[in-house]
Amino acid sequence: MQDSNGKRALNIALPKGRLGESVYGLFEQSGYASSQMGDGTRRLIFESDSGEARYFWVKPSDVWAYVERGVADIGIAGKDILLEYEPDVYELLDLGVGKCRMAVAALKGFRANPQRTLRVATKFANIARKYYAEQGRDIDIIPLHGSIELAPIVGLSDVIVDIVETGTTLRENNLEVIAEIVPLSARLIANKANYAFESARIDGIVDQIAGLLSEREQG
Amino acid sequence: MAQVNGGNGIAPALTPTGSERVIYELRSLYESYGFKQFSMSKFEQYDLYARNKDFLISENIITFTDTNGKLMALKPDVTLSIVKSTKDHEGVMQKLYYNENVYRVSKGTGTFKEIMQVGLECIGVVDFYSVYEVLQLAAKSLLTISPQCVLSLVDARIVTRIIGSFDASEEAKAEILRTIIEKNPHELSRACSEAGIEQESFDALVAIAQMHGAPSEVAEKLSEICAAFEISDVCDEFLSVVLALEEEFAQTSLAIKVDFSTTNDTNYYNAIGFRGFVQGISSSVISGGQYDLLMRKMGRKSGAIGFACYMDLLEELDEELAPYDIDTLIVYSASDDFKAVAEKAQELREAGESVMVQRKVPQKIRYRRLVEFGESAN
Repeated sequence: MQDSNGKRALNIALPKGRLGESVYGLFEQSGYASSQMGDGTRRLIFESDSGEARYFWVKPSDVWAYVERGVADIGIAGKDILLEYEPDVYELLDLGVGKCRMAVAALKGFRANPQRTLRVATKFANIARKYYAEQGRDIDIIPLHGSIELAPIVGLSDVIVDIVETGTTLRENNLEVIAEIVPLSARLIANKANYAFESARIDGIVDQIAGLLSEREQG
Repeated sequence: MAQVNGGNGIAPALTPTGSERVIYELRSLYESYGFKQFSMSKFEQYDLYARNKDFLISENIITFTDTNGKLMALKPDVTLSIVKSTKDHEGVMQKLYYNENVYRVSKGTGTFKEIMQVGLECIGVVDFYSVYEVLQLAAKSLLTISPQCVLSLVDARIVTRIIGSFDASEEAKAEILRTIIEKNPHELSRACSEAGIEQESFDALVAIAQMHGAPSEVAEKLSEICAAFEISDVCDEFLSVVLALEEEFAQTSLAIKVDFSTTNDTNYYNAIGFRGFVQGISSSVISGGQYDLLMRKMGRKSGAIGFACYMDLLEELDEELAPYDIDTLIVYSASDDFKAVAEKAQELREAGESVMVQRKVPQKIRYRRLVEFGESAN
């Protein structure tokens, strides 16, 4: 697919779901609207009306793979995923949306026994391993894929490392944040090789979106 | 004899695959500049890598104990072996190229993979000419791989001296460098703020991180930044080389860019660094630079500069699959005269066709025509 100037469309990987839809709005306002987007189909690929952009809807945790392998020139990925998988990509812009934090949580009143290996349940093994390695703490990672909060309640783990948004789920399960690891938000990432060829177009999009975000912040 | 699946066209002579062609042409290119091939054993003492782990792309190494009890490794890297095997000769630049397999962990599968690497190393006094020659060869190597290519260049001294001028911890400086390499202005802002870097310096660092343009386009801005940090001498040296390179390759399809995300590990690389990209391959196919600091770590007085081309990545280039596996498939029966079959096959081969001879048609073979020999035609 090519635009009216004969250039190939820029491939953009968007995370399925609310975040992706909200970020698509930024691309739409930047002049890359697609009338196919609202037609109610379950299509995974949409093309912008100008022919300048092509969107892929992908699982949020897979966006980095599409970008790192160059199938997508740019994409939107959560900082949690970038820290966990450490893809070799550029991180060009913090979109400031989907703000939350990676944190350590435990049952209220939990006291860690320094003599014992700390049992950590998490979906983010790499982030947890790095965080505790920096503290020189021995840990045992229990990899889980969901309902992480259950682990300390039933004694599967001492603590959990997970994304915390409002903290409601933690409170409802008698858990509390005991340490914050890193703040998180959605980032615009780019493939390094594709950037070498398409830097002008990618930088143009980044500047437009940064401008919109700044207007929103001020307005 | 009957032709069943006819066709008069003869397939073109067997051509080398993309990577075979590139390897052959790169070797010819390097030899035309007087580089000599350096051949080495597949094995190296593990100790060499243990002492220089950070220099390696991956820390994982295949090791085994040799019959004499020494811990050996299958080479994960060529540069260290070349540096170890060469001696300093005052005033003489040793120019070597290699075409070797290395053994590294594949990021995708997490298992070891044999990777073909072609590259060159210059060991001696690294001056303007030797830097320029290596850059010329990197540029020509890229053009050999594919006409649509970009060579990104950097001088590590510019970022290391700017960051070195800050009164900040080593961790904070490393974090600032990481964010520049990631072109990550928001985290650069946070790192600078935590390190107490003043606004003017922060603005310069953002400009450095986001710089991506032809040497002639960025020269003014880069000179201005470097003048503010009193490193105009380094900047002028860098620009003189890259502007000359831009001029030399102006009439080609190669784009020369200045891009500080190209900065290699500053513990080993001390000056010019570069990466080469070709359209259609998702990561850099060429990586190199001047690594005098590695030489010092290995107790050497000489400087060194070189680069590697990662041939395994060439698989990503779309190579059109030939429509047929062979031109002619001859099928014979037990009663056919084997000499007559061999003569027929030879006759067709001499006419330029590829010929496979079988008792029956194999599955999954695509042939341009089928010749049933003798009785099998009935």
